[in-house]
Amino acid sequence: MTYLHSIGEYFLMLKGVFGRMTKRSVLKDLIFKEIDELIIGSLGIVCFLSFFIGAVVAIQTALNLNNPLIPKSLVAFAARQSVILEFSPTFISIIMAGKVGSFITSSIGSMRVTEQIDALEVMGINSKNYLIFPKIIAMLTYPFVIAISMFLGILGAYVAAVLGGFVKPDAFITGLQDDFVTFHLVYAFIKTFLFSFILATVPAYHGYYMKGGALEVGQASTTAFVWTSVVLIITNYATTQLLLS
Amino acid sequence: MIEVKDLHKSFSGEEVLKGLNFVFERGKTNLIIGQSGSGKSVFLKNMLGIFTPEKGIIEYDGKPYSEFTDEERRELRKEIGMVFQGGALFDSMTVKENVMFPLKMFTKMKKSEMEERVKIVLERVNLVGADDKMPSEISGGMQKRVSIARAIVNRPKYLFCDEPNSGLDPTTATVIDNLIQEITHEFDITTIIITHDMNSVLEIGEKIAFLKDGVLAWTGTKDEIFRTEDKTVTDFVYSSDLFKKVRDAQLKGY
Repeated sequence: MTYLHSIGEYFLMLKGVFGRMTKRSVLKDLIFKEIDELIIGSLGIVCFLSFFIGAVVAIQTALNLNNPLIPKSLVAFAARQSVILEFSPTFISIIMAGKVGSFITSSIGSMRVTEQIDALEVMGINSKNYLIFPKIIAMLTYPFVIAISMFLGILGAYVAAVLGGFVKPDAFITGLQDDFVTFHLVYAFIKTFLFSFILATVPAYHGYYMKGGALEVGQASTTAFVWTSVVLIITNYATTQLLLS
Repeated sequence: MIEVKDLHKSFSGEEVLKGLNFVFERGKTNLIIGQSGSGKSVFLKNMLGIFTPEKGIIEYDGKPYSEFTDEERRELRKEIGMVFQGGALFDSMTVKENVMFPLKMFTKMKKSEMEERVKIVLERVNLVGADDKMPSEISGGMQKRVSIARAIVNRPKYLFCDEPNSGLDPTTATVIDNLIQEITHEFDITTIIITHDMNSVLEIGEKIAFLKDGVLAWTGTKDEIFRTEDKTVTDFVYSSDLFKKVRDAQLKGY
């Protein structure tokens, strides 16, 4: 029953988010601020992780290809498929659930604890729209982060495979172009788009409806990370089943 | 003026407000006092429209709140200033941005006009030179002043204060009390203050409502509270020896 109540409350929150809109000029500033905090602020860690995970994927694939009949270009093929299909959209989103999700929950939760949300409501402002809508819009730029992650993941794989002496540059490029299915990119970006909505709204829900004090803000951040990850994984499974199988 | 008639409010079957009647007068500091759990905050939240009463009427300048349309309620809220117990300043904004916030949200003023208004209001609450500081960089007393400045910047008709001097030293608390009273008279607004602080009651209590267990147990002024023989009131107000001595001295004409 508690879960059903929470799910209902989440959708009621969404109804409020898209209800009475905040003044446009104020909203514009808020959206740019959120893009800066949520997206630009995450680029560093995303770039770092993407490059090195791509590199590790390439090395491990190369080390496991012992059969001389299998062409070395398969290292690039495997790295490309792993990065585009799963690593960048899903793995990075789980990382973002920890980084961005915790930030959203704790910032909204702190506002709840210190009566800042009450202050907005007393002023007659739709606090759900004011606080959560700009985050949703800012997260629409998240697919660009994933595009950068894909590029850097493959670059990392190239650097590791070529500099490590596992694959020749020509073979890597050939493998990268082998059996490329454009729809795989479309699939990756469709689920990234869904993930961006989840990353903005699930943590926001946990912050907005939290009760208690500073300790509960921390607990809400942890709970938000767990539930955001769960929802991301289930959505990943559902979209994969629907779009690829 | 805000008039409350036969106000009832319950939570989970427990009646918290049991038929309150009171008139909060314009241009006066109206105080709601009472012990913790007496229903003061619930009373305030009913007046702010955060809670909906089960029974009773709350009239804003003669018009019942229940008859307000959604648009009228939004308009009414623009005329309400609120000073929260903890200040409730927006952490991510500077002092100036906090005070400017209601103007940005509800007016079509130019930036220069807003800045001018903010400057005047900050001067009025004796906060000069703190414009670009963040709330975390200023003291509790200064935060309360910023909160008052934010509450009055849009020239409200009604000012609600939830324990405005809690957590402040006696000197700063008195300064805040006097500031609220001066602003009330200067802008001729209806001010409602929830407080536990007997200093505030005796300093600025132009009209006092004493709540006990959800019932309005006593009403009067700061002068009348000195003379009352009502035991429920005297037990609460003169619970400390200091106030008993002050009262005795006052009654003896010292």
